Amino acid sequence: MTLNVSNLSCYRGGRLIFADQSFAIGEGEAVMLRGPNGSGKSTLLRALAGMLPAEGEVELNGIALADDHDEVQEQIAYAGHLDAIKPQLTVAENLTFWARLFDGGSIEKAKELFILDEIWDRPAHACSAGQKRRLGLARLVVSGRPLWLLDEPTVSLDVETTARFAEIIKDHCANGGMALIATHIDLGLDAQREVYLDPSVRRANTPTRDPFLAEGWE
Amino acid sequence: MSAMMAVMTRELRLALRSGGGAGLGLAFFLIVVMLIPFGVGPVPHLLAQIAPGTLWIAALLACLLSLDRLFQADFEDGTLDILTLSPMPLETLVAIKAVAHWITTGLPLVVAAPILGMTLNLPDAAYWWLVASLAVGTPALSFLGAIGAALTVGIRRGGLLLSLLVLPLYIPTLIFGARCVSAAAEGMDVIPAFQLLGGVTLFTLAMTPFAAAAALRMHMR
Repeated sequence: MTLNVSNLSCYRGGRLIFADQSFAIGEGEAVMLRGPNGSGKSTLLRALAGMLPAEGEVELNGIALADDHDEVQEQIAYAGHLDAIKPQLTVAENLTFWARLFDGGSIEKAKELFILDEIWDRPAHACSAGQKRRLGLARLVVSGRPLWLLDEPTVSLDVETTARFAEIIKDHCANGGMALIATHIDLGLDAQREVYLDPSVRRANTPTRDPFLAEGWE
Repeated sequence: MSAMMAVMTRELRLALRSGGGAGLGLAFFLIVVMLIPFGVGPVPHLLAQIAPGTLWIAALLACLLSLDRLFQADFEDGTLDILTLSPMPLETLVAIKAVAHWITTGLPLVVAAPILGMTLNLPDAAYWWLVASLAVGTPALSFLGAIGAALTVGIRRGGLLLSLLVLPLYIPTLIFGARCVSAAAEGMDVIPAFQLLGGVTLFTLAMTPFAAAAALRMHMR
């Protein structure tokens, strides 16, 4: 399984967010997505997950995102800035819901990997930010999807859990999975390949595609 | 099937736990209907005359109360993003959420309506039809509301806009629903209005999941 991205550009509200990104992720590979704040990392990840329209080609395992949206999306697990946790439900109820919906990986394994045992029956609103993040990331494991798109996954995780999470990513990749990780820290994965989003490209590029704005700036 | 049950149980749990707002519609319905005799005055024949319309309008407004959170809560905490990646089609998701909304909002109204009918001096012949018309008509309110909720999902304080969008769509259900009850009260033939009410609901159940799912997709692109 491979992910091929070629000449991917994204405009939001007529404004260029990132331009002409081309890269590939092979089976068992974890790639870092780097770039300063506002360089379009989150937008790129959302575009790859099919949650935003973008120009260019995204191909997963030979299937283009533009041709078969659902087929590609069903290979993807996404973890964004929001943890998708319901505060009224317990940790167990939150995770079991995702496991039943995705019908992929094992709850027991996720529980063990992300050390959810001690907070298992606690309502999610009583969990700390780091514990919520652990629960949010555990969803990746229960979804059983090969391609992980991670947007700043280590925010609010402690050092120990961050290291543990790096191990989980390694393990996922060793089992044929793939990951694209937007992060500012060094996760300590071996053979880190990087995709760098350069905001200066955007400034040099055409500023807008909105016909109303295009005239307005001159 | 297991996935559908998972979404349904989760929706019901969320509605019934604190902050879910399941009892809100019912409480609103009770209070509004109880206020009518105070406003109109204790004139039994007048109350009997306005009872069908009043009960239906109050039910309709009670349904609106909790609609704005139908997708908004999931949108705000990122759940909606993950749901779009799930194997379940958005149309199914919309339908399940609308059914859950009906169970927690519409169904309690159906049960409470006969008791409130008494406070408005509703004629005896109309009780059965009041329950039947609300049972058949209120699902349409939840499903039509899903369109409005999907259209206003990204808007803060979208509740008012939602009402403006959805209330006009409620008119056919209101007309035929209230007509059922008043026809029964006047001893006239109820069946035509009841059939039209059922027709509106069936049409709504079939169409709105697609419309609401399209609105959600549009929002995410």
